[in-house]
Amino acid sequence: MARARKASPKKAPRRAKPAPKRTAASAPRLPKLAVWKFASCDGCQLSLLDCEDELLAVAGKIQIANFMEATRAVVDGPYDLSLVEGSITTPHDAERIQEVRRTSKFLVTIGACATAGGIQALRNFADVEEFTRAVYATPAYISTLKTSTPIAAHVRVDYELRGCPINKAQLVEVLSAFLHRRRPNVPDQSVCVECKLRGNVCVAVAHGTPCLGPVTHAGCGAICPSFDRGCYGCYGPKERANPAGLRPWLGRHGLDAGAVRRVFGTFNVGSDAFKQEHEAHG
Amino acid sequence: MSKHASPTLPAPVLWTRGDMDRFFETLRKEGYQPVGPTLRDGAIVYDTLSSTRDLPVGWGDEQEPGAYRLRKRGDEALFGYVVGPQSWKQYLFPPRRKLWSADRAAGGLEFKPSAEAPPKYAFIGVRGCELHALQVQDKAFLEGPYADPYYRAVREGSLVVAVNCGTSAATCFCASMGTGPKVERGFDLALTELLDGGQRFVVEAGSARGAKFVDELSPQAAAPEDLAEAARVVERTAATLRRKVEPGGLRELLARNLEHPRWDEVASRCQTCANCTLVCPTCFCSTVEDVSDLTGEHAERWRRWDSCFTFDHSYLHGGAVRASAMSRYRQWLTHKFGTWHDQFGVSGCVGCGRCISWCPVGIDVTEELAAIRANDLGKDGEHAHP
Repeated sequence: MARARKASPKKAPRRAKPAPKRTAASAPRLPKLAVWKFASCDGCQLSLLDCEDELLAVAGKIQIANFMEATRAVVDGPYDLSLVEGSITTPHDAERIQEVRRTSKFLVTIGACATAGGIQALRNFADVEEFTRAVYATPAYISTLKTSTPIAAHVRVDYELRGCPINKAQLVEVLSAFLHRRRPNVPDQSVCVECKLRGNVCVAVAHGTPCLGPVTHAGCGAICPSFDRGCYGCYGPKERANPAGLRPWLGRHGLDAGAVRRVFGTFNVGSDAFKQEHEAHG
Repeated sequence: MSKHASPTLPAPVLWTRGDMDRFFETLRKEGYQPVGPTLRDGAIVYDTLSSTRDLPVGWGDEQEPGAYRLRKRGDEALFGYVVGPQSWKQYLFPPRRKLWSADRAAGGLEFKPSAEAPPKYAFIGVRGCELHALQVQDKAFLEGPYADPYYRAVREGSLVVAVNCGTSAATCFCASMGTGPKVERGFDLALTELLDGGQRFVVEAGSARGAKFVDELSPQAAAPEDLAEAARVVERTAATLRRKVEPGGLRELLARNLEHPRWDEVASRCQTCANCTLVCPTCFCSTVEDVSDLTGEHAERWRRWDSCFTFDHSYLHGGAVRASAMSRYRQWLTHKFGTWHDQFGVSGCVGCGRCISWCPVGIDVTEELAAIRANDLGKDGEHAHP
């Protein structure tokens, strides 16, 4: 869709033509994009870097004002659009997200950590102090919260983009939509819809493979079922997911209660529907 | 299609397996792209066929609610399977299709309609239920003021090669919907595969377009005993059908049971995943997506399959009309078996059983309808819903 405008090396060198001088007064103000990291693995930010061709297309249209994964150059806020990766796990981050919100016109959270608390939200079901005692030689130096929570639990969020990691095509779609003030095409339906649009044969029905597709939010393009694997829910619950209704069928396809607990206890365990199903199995 | 039928169609003929190969060659010579059943990823799907070797030779299937398995038949049957996860609608009403694109130009926007010419398909192996499904979708796409030009181009250009079912799945209920297993009309050619006493095919032309192939290949006329055997194949299949829907007064039954407790019960199992509607050969809902690229210089409008089971499908300003799983399931079932009659004058269900097999939690429409009928709230129920 988005086509890169690369300078063709075959072209003759451009004739020296003086570029129109831009003064502070006449230059159009470019929208400022900032990318912020909280508790996360950086994978979602890397999805943005992975949009190489698409970013070239947009390089003249936006100013990348704060993106530590890409450049040390930082432009002060306020920012037109902030992409926030990661969950809130420390008192310091709980304060920092307030500042990000204050300096951002639009705040979009990206990835399972920012939208659901991430895999680190498993701490919400356990004793964090016990972990710190077991892991660190001097636990007293560790300042951490008892929970890992999504950004929306702390500040107002304008848009949430799901996935672990997010899909780069969806990220470009969200950026395009915000830049051009239109609604992003990011349906909250099941992964099954993506399978059927691709013409995939259902791995659950035809192979008896346990698959979370029916309860999982679309967006990945049904990658796992396209390679003969069951969906493991890394985009979190679809709207009105019904994991309890799927339970007997996961059992029929070979998952015992412990396994069901584990498949719902991953990157999106902090989201309501998956949390409930995780807890329902011991 | 049947409208090309002439009163002087040739008598049924008998093809050998070799004639089937020659038939495929003739199709190609005539500019048709054969599409039909082939094995992929543990199922029989519809895809482009280059020869009869691409057909699922010797394969059948077993189906139950929420389960589909291939099985070896132990013979060389070409059409010894039932229906798989896909239907012919993927060719007439593609899952995704670009409708137009627009580019910024001096003085405004330049619109370009999507004008791709569809291939001339030969649909190989269309079953009785599927022929009816084509006719049901014709009503949605061809009748009324807004006919779909792409659908029309594919429909009018395609050759429909039907097959009488020699076997049924446990999920089939065509007989009770009056759609099969015998193919009655709406085909260019109809085949019946005979396996007892050597593999051969009784071939009947249903249109002048189909008759041309019968004349060109000109093998022997089918003998009376072959015709009798072909009739027995369909009778035997009909006798194996286990599922059924009691068709009498379905529309009224559903209309007076909108508050039936069964809707809540089925909603507790329903995933609202949309699989039933996407495998259904008559479901025709779509949505459009407008996309622009990062530069803002180029925009496109795409149509893609949608479903009454998604939240967005009934979204109006401020919220979705059908937010609950209960209201979505009820909408689908009452439309399919009830209000479809009001809208199109026919049932929306052809009894192919795909929605039963491919539901990931095995919800069975025949069972849901029976449950409502068994505990009919009666005429009073009609007033319970505003």
